[in-house]
Amino acid sequence: MTNGSVIDMTQYMLALYRDYAAPIPPERTEQVWAGVNALGDKLADAGAFVFKGGLNGGPDSATVVRQSGGDFVITDGPYAETKEHLAGFWIINAADLDAALEWAKLAAAAELRPIEVRPLFDGDLDDAIRASAPGAQ
Amino acid sequence: MTVEAVFRREYGRCVATLIRFLGDIDAAEEAVQDAFTVAIARWPSEGQPPNPGAWIVTTARNRAIDRLRRESIRDERHAQAHLLYGADAQATDHNAPAQEETVPDDRLRLIFTCCHPALNQPAQVALTLRLLGGLETPEIARAFFVPEATMAQRIVRAKRKIRDTRLPYRVPAEAELPARLQPVLSVLYLIFNEGYAATADSLMRLDLCAEAIRLARVLAELMPDEPEAQGLLALLLLLHARSAARVADDGSLVRLAEQDRQLWDRNLIAEGQAIVRACVQRGRPGPYQIQAAINAVHSVAPSIEKTDWHAILTLYDQLYALTPTPVVALNRAVALAEVRGPAAGLSAVDELRSSGLDKYYLFHASRAALLRRLGRTTEADAAYATARSLTANPVEQAFLDAQRATLN
Repeated sequence: MTNGSVIDMTQYMLALYRDYAAPIPPERTEQVWAGVNALGDKLADAGAFVFKGGLNGGPDSATVVRQSGGDFVITDGPYAETKEHLAGFWIINAADLDAALEWAKLAAAAELRPIEVRPLFDGDLDDAIRASAPGAQ
Repeated sequence: MTVEAVFRREYGRCVATLIRFLGDIDAAEEAVQDAFTVAIARWPSEGQPPNPGAWIVTTARNRAIDRLRRESIRDERHAQAHLLYGADAQATDHNAPAQEETVPDDRLRLIFTCCHPALNQPAQVALTLRLLGGLETPEIARAFFVPEATMAQRIVRAKRKIRDTRLPYRVPAEAELPARLQPVLSVLYLIFNEGYAATADSLMRLDLCAEAIRLARVLAELMPDEPEAQGLLALLLLLHARSAARVADDGSLVRLAEQDRQLWDRNLIAEGQAIVRACVQRGRPGPYQIQAAINAVHSVAPSIEKTDWHAILTLYDQLYALTPTPVVALNRAVALAEVRGPAAGLSAVDELRSSGLDKYYLFHASRAALLRRLGRTTEADAAYATARSLTANPVEQAFLDAQRATLN
């Protein structure tokens, strides 16, 4: 929780999800490219940009590695069987969730797709492990 | 005033202020509960302080600082040391009288945090009742017919999301306010409706209506320039004014048309009407204000026949223009039947069939009542039967059964 006066930043992931069976119509791809590039400039100008990545290929390009006993099982396909898959992401700096949501609105408008906003963990790793343990408060 | 009464009145305000000091909801709740424990031990013998709320805030803050100091010595946690310095600095810098520590905005911040759109609505409702209303988790669970463990989990999850995502603790800026106020109003209205819908087996239930009105009053006081916050309060007051007339001695539901209007609470009505008048003068209508105005018209009518249905129909037209939902259209059709007769009303109702409203028991119940007035008894009976199959509420079921029984 923040009261907005403190200027320390949290990193958030803005994750882009898409349904690969429903591509953006070709006549709108120009618009998306222009919008996404403009957003990149805006993030950079605001000092909010950390990193971005676009995934190459759809869920078909995904491979899952699982440890099973002492062995590893490698399977073809994405981890979750859903309609919409992770397609790319930004890592940004923002003062709080509201600030991150403002960037996400711009991203959703540029991409013409929904954006999931997730905070990155910014404390020590022990806390992260404890927080994710079953029954943790 | 008993400690319990102080608790009910001051809990939300104290927690809101402590959250600002400590930056953490759980720590704030713990500190305020500690302070009330001290109050229970001391007040009976030492007497109640002149400003009990400010005393609780000061005591809670001192306890929290002590606790953080102990914990930071014990495990040298940087985060807590940092928090401690922050809280300490604030305490010594200001050194202000206790009263001034309760910034009026704190509860407003807390309302907007509890009803942030990043939280789902059940979580918004639970957090609002817990943090602003000071209700215990088991009470909230019982009120919403949810297992206690489920409700506890819901609250824990919501608090964790607030912490992990750094959900801000502030009143939204002017530009965001219309959008951000919406979920706040919805949450309070939903709490009220939850209490209003329960009648028969409501003995074990918390008085959710009274709680919703208390919170709506806080919101209306904190946001005097938001006409919809005023409108919501007026609407709840006017609806609540009828509660004694709404339920018969046997627990069955009494419709507006059959209510004994002598039982309506004149004080609540007068308060609601005064707010509606002020809203009309302000001239910035919204859905809650219009619904309040509709109920204000009902509240001055001596009977259902002598109600100004023309005024009500006009208000429903305005409401439909702002929120064109099938439910508003259905209510408008019912008003139309009073102005132009049951046949006109029925054809307006029938036009709504394709809107998805035919899954809604009130659609069929309204049709049934109009068919009955037109003497189309067989069709009315079938419509009552359909309505009966679409509601799980025993009070509504009993009402529909009674209507069917008197058809012939």
